[in-house]
Amino acid sequence: MSNNCYSFDVLVVGGGPAGMAAAVSAAESGLRVGVADDNLSLGGQIWRGEESSPSTPLAKLWYTRCEAVQVDRLGGCRVFGSIDEKTLLAETIDGWAELKFDKLILATGARERFLPFPGWTLPNVMGAGGLQALVKSGVSVAGRKVVIAGTGPLLLAVAAHLKRFDADIRLIAEQASWSKLLEFGLCLISQPSKLKQAIDLRADLRGVRFVTNCWPIAAEGGNKVESVTMRAGPKTWSIGCDYLACGFHLVPNVELAIFLGCALSGDFVQVDHLQRTSATDIFCAGEPTGIGGLELSLVEGQIAGYAAAGASQRATQLFPERDALRGFAGHLNRAFGLRPGLRSLATPETLVCRCEDVEFARLREHKSWRSAKLHTRCGMGPCQGRICGPALEFLLGWKVESIRPPVFPVQVETLAASQQVQQ
Amino acid sequence: MPETVQLKVNGATVRMPRGSTVAAAVIHAGSSGFRRSVSGQPRGPLCGMGVCFECRVTIDGRAHCRSCQIVCGEGMEVTTSE
Repeated sequence: MSNNCYSFDVLVVGGGPAGMAAAVSAAESGLRVGVADDNLSLGGQIWRGEESSPSTPLAKLWYTRCEAVQVDRLGGCRVFGSIDEKTLLAETIDGWAELKFDKLILATGARERFLPFPGWTLPNVMGAGGLQALVKSGVSVAGRKVVIAGTGPLLLAVAAHLKRFDADIRLIAEQASWSKLLEFGLCLISQPSKLKQAIDLRADLRGVRFVTNCWPIAAEGGNKVESVTMRAGPKTWSIGCDYLACGFHLVPNVELAIFLGCALSGDFVQVDHLQRTSATDIFCAGEPTGIGGLELSLVEGQIAGYAAAGASQRATQLFPERDALRGFAGHLNRAFGLRPGLRSLATPETLVCRCEDVEFARLREHKSWRSAKLHTRCGMGPCQGRICGPALEFLLGWKVESIRPPVFPVQVETLAASQQVQQ
Repeated sequence: MPETVQLKVNGATVRMPRGSTVAAAVIHAGSSGFRRSVSGQPRGPLCGMGVCFECRVTIDGRAHCRSCQIVCGEGMEVTTSE
């Protein structure tokens, strides 16, 4: 196995829009900047696979900016621990690496929230963003019947994307009420670029059935999903499908930040006006500081990049833009808050922890995440509670208490080799 | 460079556009189940972004590879537990 040691003035973890913006802004000051991401190329989930052919002018702009500056790209590089306060450890494609930094910017993004319901573990029941990511990675959905369910604007974006690849979208089910959507729609008026996106999406999805107050209550099938039972008000009905794509909004990836000692504010990493966390020389930008979408991630990334490079004057100029976008994010999160009734989707027999196959009935007996973990192994499989944790937070109000290394599962050889060097 | 790569999924030859992930190749080969859970249930990709570990397969003898994050390579041998 090979071992590499890198040293940066500014290290960015996460190569999505926030990370790209942070890296570009820090590099403008002539600093030595590196971006580590577990994916091979830059772009994160939203611009996955778009480096050679960006789908929007904004994506093109940022890929061009990344090209124009000197930034070391460490693709296929997953941070899993640290050696000391200024050195992270990462698993790479053919070994592992030590990443030394003077300043660190965390831009670790978000993942989808999944809610357990009967049949959600069947193959082809996926995240909404999950199915989109697979389609961007070469999966064909042409002619496939797809039901998209959950909450948030991502459902529409995914539907429009899949439709372009000739998927047969049978239904988009939004759990939020029509009145909440209307309220949200009204606040779009103050955001012309968002309003245009919404209008374009609506046009792309002409003829596709969109139902509010609606969610899946069970997925059925043998070796994969064949149909889904939907509920809207008092009405339930069944729809045949090849894929059920379900996403109940987003959860910030805050595990690495917690591990490095950054304080949280609620569910998110606490940052000050310059995107500084409570930990010395560690900044955070994008979804981990609050779910706010692409534009906010780009602005926060720039502020973090300038601030980390000591160019706080330039960072300050972006504050008004960030504040306006944060206001919009607040509207978004209020409109698409999960209705309490979704807590009854999981039946006693429903598996909540997919890694260890733990049923909801066995978890409800416990008072805390820790007790449930010790007695049932819930959250102790390879995903380390990243999927069941947010579900249980919604279902039972439990919070993940501690993050221990390795922050991500790694090969035993990696762990052994990196331990030897540390000693 | 050719536009496609050829690999094997459970012994069957699959040709995929260059840049496709192994997960896409497994689905293209006709499998929706990628692994068996601890209680024996079939499972396939959920998150599509390397977090859930449901899409793990064996690639060239190396177990527990997340197929949604690994790009298809020429001559790769992929096996699922299905």
